Amino acid sequence: MVTHDSGGHHHPPTSFIRKYIFSTDHKVIGLQYYFLALFSVFLGMALSMLMRIHLVWPSAKMPFTPGGQMTPEQYLALMTMHGSIMVFMVLTTAPQSGFGNYALPIQIGAEDMAFPVLNMLSFWTTLLSLIVLVSAFFVNGGAPISGWTAYPPLSALGQIAGPGQGAGQTLWVVGVAIFCIGSLLGALNFITTTVDLRAKGMTLGRMPLTVWAWLVTAILGLLAFGVLLAACLLLLLDRIAGTSFFIPGGLVVTDTPIVSHTGGSPLLWQHLFWFFGHPEVYIAILPGMGVASHVLSTFSRKPVFGYKAMVGALGAIGFLGFCVWGHHMFISGMSPYSAFAFSLLTMTIGVPSAIKTFNWLGTLWGGRIQFTTAMMFGLGFVSLFVTGGLSGLFLAQPSIDLYLHDTYFVVAHFHLIMGVAAIFGIFAATYFWFPKMFGRMLNETIGKVHFWFTFVGVYSIFMPMHFLGLAGHPRRYADTTGVNFLGPLHSVHYFITLAAMITISAQLIFLFNFFYSMKAGQKASENPWNATTLEWSIPSPPPFDNFAGRIPVVYRGPYEFSVPGATDDYIPQHLTPERVGKAH
Amino acid sequence: MPGTITDEIEIIDAGRGGGTNVPAGGDDDGEGSFGSPGIPQRAYFTVIQLGLAGIIMFFMALTSSFLVRKGLGNDWVAFNFPRILWLNTLILLASSITIQIARRHLREDEKAAFKRWWSVTTSLGILFLAGQFIAWRQLARQGVFLVTNPSSSFFYVLTAAHGLHLFGGILALVYVSHRSWRRSRVSQATATDVASIYWHCMDGLWVFLFALLYLGR
Amino acid sequence: MMSSLWLFGAESAWRVDTRRPSTRADHLIRVVAANRPEWRKMRRKSGEQGSAAVAFTLATFLVIFTVVTVYLFLAKIWWFPPAISDFGAQIDAQFHRTLIITGIVFVLAQLGLALAIFRSRDRGQKASFFEGNAVIEFIWTLATVIMFVGLGLYGEHAWAEAHFQGAARGALQLEVTGQQFAWNFRYAGPDGKFGGTKPELVSASSGNPLGLDPRDPASKDDVVSPVAYVPVGQEVELLIKTQDVTHSFYVRELRLKQDAVPGMTIHMHFNATVPGEYELACAELCGLGHYRMRSFVSVVSRDEFDKWMGDQEAALQQQ
Ligand code: HEM
Ligand SMILES: [Cu+2]
Ligand SMILES: [Cu+2]
Repeated sequence: MVTHDSGGHHHPPTSFIRKYIFSTDHKVIGLQYYFLALFSVFLGMALSMLMRIHLVWPSAKMPFTPGGQMTPEQYLALMTMHGSIMVFMVLTTAPQSGFGNYALPIQIGAEDMAFPVLNMLSFWTTLLSLIVLVSAFFVNGGAPISGWTAYPPLSALGQIAGPGQGAGQTLWVVGVAIFCIGSLLGALNFITTTVDLRAKGMTLGRMPLTVWAWLVTAILGLLAFGVLLAACLLLLLDRIAGTSFFIPGGLVVTDTPIVSHTGGSPLLWQHLFWFFGHPEVYIAILPGMGVASHVLSTFSRKPVFGYKAMVGALGAIGFLGFCVWGHHMFISGMSPYSAFAFSLLTMTIGVPSAIKTFNWLGTLWGGRIQFTTAMMFGLGFVSLFVTGGLSGLFLAQPSIDLYLHDTYFVVAHFHLIMGVAAIFGIFAATYFWFPKMFGRMLNETIGKVHFWFTFVGVYSIFMPMHFLGLAGHPRRYADTTGVNFLGPLHSVHYFITLAAMITISAQLIFLFNFFYSMKAGQKASENPWNATTLEWSIPSPPPFDNFAGRIPVVYRGPYEFSVPGATDDYIPQHLTPERVGKAH
Repeated sequence: MPGTITDEIEIIDAGRGGGTNVPAGGDDDGEGSFGSPGIPQRAYFTVIQLGLAGIIMFFMALTSSFLVRKGLGNDWVAFNFPRILWLNTLILLASSITIQIARRHLREDEKAAFKRWWSVTTSLGILFLAGQFIAWRQLARQGVFLVTNPSSSFFYVLTAAHGLHLFGGILALVYVSHRSWRRSRVSQATATDVASIYWHCMDGLWVFLFALLYLGR
Repeated sequence: MMSSLWLFGAESAWRVDTRRPSTRADHLIRVVAANRPEWRKMRRKSGEQGSAAVAFTLATFLVIFTVVTVYLFLAKIWWFPPAISDFGAQIDAQFHRTLIITGIVFVLAQLGLALAIFRSRDRGQKASFFEGNAVIEFIWTLATVIMFVGLGLYGEHAWAEAHFQGAARGALQLEVTGQQFAWNFRYAGPDGKFGGTKPELVSASSGNPLGLDPRDPASKDDVVSPVAYVPVGQEVELLIKTQDVTHSFYVRELRLKQDAVPGMTIHMHFNATVPGEYELACAELCGLGHYRMRSFVSVVSRDEFDKWMGDQEAALQQQ
């Protein structure tokens, strides 16, 4: 036991507040992020439920709609908040800040993040941004209606452009800007920790793929969120100070000329937003890829197929992710020549994605697959990733995008690959690490019920949306009665809504399992999955400083399963060669 | 300026102690860390470099907005460039020199001289901010405000954003000169080095923005 | 008991480790203990039964899912309407090429996953140990590069035709202006010139939705209409504009979509070859009435078009 007299952070805090509220322990912060995301995902799902009901039964009586029926602007407000909450508060927080915070330091053999106080600040900043964002519902005019992409001038002109575009939109911009700051601080911590705090022997080539994924994600976040922050700053000034960064001159809104603005460029916002936005979708999905690789290997009892290729693909996706933002702007009036370049780069990004898929299949092949719930969600992730990824090849081609852009085909595509695949990554991680986090097992039987409802459910919700898109159904339509050709599509909408009701209700099963098992689940041992990485070498739940003062030394790669000659089918990373020998 | 940067990078490389194949240090890497095994001093260098990368992305976004907005709109009007900005630039450049002098004194263990030059740097930083404020006042007196024209909008946004970052630098300088290092996770040497890396970069950033605003106005 | 719960793998209790919580000192012993033959046998046996059922169910679901998806894409129950231009036909061809390639990859990947799941289920076997295969990985990478990038290059042709070339000479000029939440079309009239407009003159209620400047002689003969008429087989050049926020001009049958961006006039062109009335739907979120911001583009014979245009001009003279 190394003794030291450092200031505070190595001694467990004793008061409740320091321990659970203003904690600097990465594990507590990870859980705080997780619960923030859990709250947000249920909020986001509830909003989507209301939207789905409205689309099929437009005159249904709804809660929160004083006049009885839902108005178009209320639909759009729900849509905007659903998208923003899901993207920022769920997909950016749970996989990266939540699980990353919890598991990354342990997996690399560190006592904590490099900067625990900074870590705490990141969380509180993020929570503040959630509060600001959600408060948009409660101001005069309600939440904004301009979607999670907030294209100006709709998002810049204020109340005159529509209900919710006043105070609600301002709160949205401020909330997102605060979120950017929290994410930037988090990214700093993740990268520094991974670069400088690895235990002895934890070389880059021995890092679990989860750690690689968190690292690449943090780099993306570091480079992307600053750009969104700048964009939000300019948009905010357009809104409240009267500048003209994004607002051109000569506009007339409902017969009222806008005289106070000249010369701004709406496309400038789109470039800034998507320069952030495309990396953002990888921020959402890369940690899921890491978790999928990790879980697939563990429960196939086989090393990851092509570890180096997996790391390379992560890097390639991360790098190319910054070169393809224009594929969101084929129809925007951007130069058609740059569309050509963006298109080819986007097709190229399909290659590392295909490599990953192939290597996941290679990992399963010849293994001894154990169908834990975590594994089922990992397998579901692969299936969803394939399905959602392939529709991207249509949208990446500007000529086809001429037809499909901003239709439900896009809604299907991004929900499958970014939304649901990432959610499956989160579920896989939850079922996998729950024993470590709470010292008890999640109930596997309930878990499998949950899996089946969710897997069948999300495909039932989102596959039909492809056909809505092929029929030309534009997205962000509050109602399907305004345009004639949408009439025949009603049955599809009906089916989707039914599927959504069942799937969303089934998430209560998860909620029940989660809290029930936390209290009354079977006690988990140190290493219930016979896994190899460092978090499984310490008690469940881990002590305050993870390794009780003894930092482990790492002797081998992260996925030594079924090594020929070894008696057992897994060799933990921290096991010395001699101890492996004795096990014979 | 480039000279000083190289200087920093060497320090950092030395801190990292070689390629990635060498396992990262465990709980005690004996790099002059003052009593704390928690985190190696090189982490502070890593984080400041990363932080600067993030800050640079932020300013690059504003810079490209500047160029795009200027190129697209036909409403760009040049304003009288406040002359005090030349002086401010000199002040900031001087502060980069004084901070180097201060660091040399620290390395030679001349604490009093270090303190003196460090305070000079801090004062120069404050002077710079005051100068920027005067530049704003001058523009305002000419009737050039944030909303007057895209050129002035960008001028105010860029100078304000830079000023805010430099203000952070000043806080760091004050912090470094006023705290006690005895029970600290970060050593004084590291803290001064990290603060000065940041300071030099804010200085360099200003020179870049100055050129952008001057040439692009 | 097994029979009712096998689907959900209730037997998976094999993993649950109920040994006493222990100190790290006896970790070594534990690793050795876990290797005791009876432990392994127990795990394998239970794993064997559960695995087969779950693997079978999951694999079967993937197969059914694949078959249904392929069926729905072949059945084309919900599909795009027939294209009404050569350009649309090109896009459809590229769409089908893409559909075939992605379809093959989709089927192979999903069935491959199903097969891997079923074949490699836990039957008590020892997992084979391999960490990769450079040759296979190289071939796979190369194949996808060629396939994806080749597909992309192939599809650029249609895009280039729509965007790199301007409209043919003598094209009919048709200005499209979006506003919350309506479309207006303007024809230049006999003088072939669009008259000037002024923002302060815009007044939808008093019949001047585009703000035509009556003092500009060129505006006198400009025909403004909430629906569009175009002659069949005639090249049309669109000048796409908006008065307020971003909208998007989208006619499914033309396979054409273009955002109307504030401050810009964007040119597109098409040549419709099949007469009919086609619905135009706004495809860019523009506010609360986005869902009902539609209009019609009627493709009519030359005679009908001339007649319609004549009526419009006559109506203008009356004012
Ligand atoms: C419970 C399952 C979900 C359902 C039923 C659902 C439903 C919907 C619906 C109906 C829309 C509006 C489509 C439109 O009007 O154009 C939408 C939009 C959206 N959803 Fe979901 N969603 C679900 C889960 C998710 C998840 C997990 C994410 C995370 C990425 C997500 C992200 C988004 C985004 C980003 C939008 C776009 C909002 C916009 O257009 O600005 N959704 N969703
Ligand atoms: Cu993208
Ligand atoms: Cu619209």
